[in-house]
Amino acid sequence: MAQLICNNLALGYDGKKILDGLSFSVNVGDYVCIVGENGSGKSTLMKTILGLQSPIEGKILTCDGLERTEIGYLPQQTEVQRDFPASVKEIVLSGCQGRCGLRPFYSKAEKQLSDSNMKRLGISDLQNKCYRELSGGQQQRVLLARALCATQKILLLDEPVSGLDSKVSLEMYNIIEELNKKDKITVIMISHDISAALKYASHILHIGRNMFWGTKQEYSESEFGRVWA
Amino acid sequence: MNVFEKLITYLEFPFVRYALIVGVLIALCASLLGVTLVLKRFSFIGDGLSHVAFGAMSIAAVLKLTNNMPLVLCITVVCAILLLKTGQNTKIKGDAAVAMISVGALAIGYLLMNIFSASPNITGDVCSTLFGSTSILSLSKTEVWLSIGLSAVVVGLFIVFYNKIFAVTFDENFAKATGIKANIYNLLIATITAVTIVLAMNLVGSLLISALIIFPTLSAMRVFKSFRAVTVCSACISVVCTTLGILISIIAGTPVGSTIVTVDILCFGIFFATGAVCRAGHR
Ligand SMILES: Nc1ncnc2c1ncn2[C@@H]1O[C@H](COP(=O)(O)OP(=O)(O)OP(=O)(O)O)[C@@H](O)[C@H]1O
Ligand SMILES: [Mg+2]
Repeated sequence: MAQLICNNLALGYDGKKILDGLSFSVNVGDYVCIVGENGSGKSTLMKTILGLQSPIEGKILTCDGLERTEIGYLPQQTEVQRDFPASVKEIVLSGCQGRCGLRPFYSKAEKQLSDSNMKRLGISDLQNKCYRELSGGQQQRVLLARALCATQKILLLDEPVSGLDSKVSLEMYNIIEELNKKDKITVIMISHDISAALKYASHILHIGRNMFWGTKQEYSESEFGRVWA
Repeated sequence: MNVFEKLITYLEFPFVRYALIVGVLIALCASLLGVTLVLKRFSFIGDGLSHVAFGAMSIAAVLKLTNNMPLVLCITVVCAILLLKTGQNTKIKGDAAVAMISVGALAIGYLLMNIFSASPNITGDVCSTLFGSTSILSLSKTEVWLSIGLSAVVVGLFIVFYNKIFAVTFDENFAKATGIKANIYNLLIATITAVTIVLAMNLVGSLLISALIIFPTLSAMRVFKSFRAVTVCSACISVVCTTLGILISIIAGTPVGSTIVTVDILCFGIFFATGAVCRAGHR
């Protein structure tokens, strides 16, 4: 069943297109990898899906009971200032904010949700630590836990392993795979690591001058697969 | 007469008590907002708005309004919203717009005062608007109640929207993506900043307001590492420093605004040292 449908999308900034004629649909439980060169518009696509900017043409539909605000997001580079004082707990809990609506304070259930997400990502013992004093890998886990607080359905990850060493990257990939397989959370991930994309993903979206959308088998059999993989 | 007796005699005057109450409330508002403004890199807006408030004050003086607060409040709030909007516009650089408006307001304000003011001591008037001098001790009853009411509203709004303000301050994109109306909260922050600045004009004068907003937060950030701890600590620092500052200025006869800011600076020094010692201890 389709959860997210993009129809003939054109994206860009200030009316200038960077991508044109993009169509694909993501089903519940899919693991989509978005690949493409630097500057090809991957992050822009993600921001458009999130509603942070509007598409120049075309439509993005969410179906199957998915609300636009139920999308968990892991940004590429957090524009968190170096000196921002915030504890891990505060950040993870802020992921629940979307479901609060106008209610000013967090409910007990939301606090439990954030506790269980911290436990799931193995950062419970860091919860009172200051975010800016964590290592890159720990920071990514904190942000993933926050994203999980915002959704039980679909995760958008913008280069979740960039800057992590191979061991921590592997852990990160395993966590994401588990969320996808066990919890049936749809994953849409931007990655520069084609071999990992081919290993974990079910579908590949290649954007750039030539576009490709299909399952990973189709991808590796296509000319893209021969060039890139 | 020793210092305490002197203090007690002074505290028997109602205007001194009013000054203390209003001063502490204003300091509380300024420090609560300070956390967000500093972290959002909005402190320049606070600075710009204080100059706008000066310009508005001089317009009120020219119009010979007896109660100038409502007019100044309106002008400053409108400017706050305008500045925020231009700040979001990527084509006009936000800080350039702020600089333009703030310097412009300062120049025009001084010009207006010079041309139209009937007062024999213009330099004194300007100086007291810029540096506060004794206006906190000469508040009318209406101004006292207006200040108390507005600060209560500011503190109330901050507490009710605390979690949302945190989310929007920490990561605006994520907040927007999960359905928080970030623009509305930015607007709210700008509006209550404007209100706080107008209130603080009476306490420290328009040139020193930024100090009241920035110093307590920066002090707290030297030592504490979570948003809540920094917020609570900067509120405490601000309240304590302002009380001390007002009392010292009454006893020693120094200008209120600069005394408060000097106490804030000393406090920053203490927290800076404490932070350095703590970090050295961790290693
Ligand atoms: N805020 C912006 N305003 C105008 N143009 C932008 C903006 N952000 C990005 N661009 C342009 O849009 C294009 C796509 O950028 P985007 O960030 O989506 O690339 P990307 O595929 O995520 O690249 P990377 O692999 O480096 O993350 C780039 O050419 C960039 O110059
Ligand atoms: Mg990118």
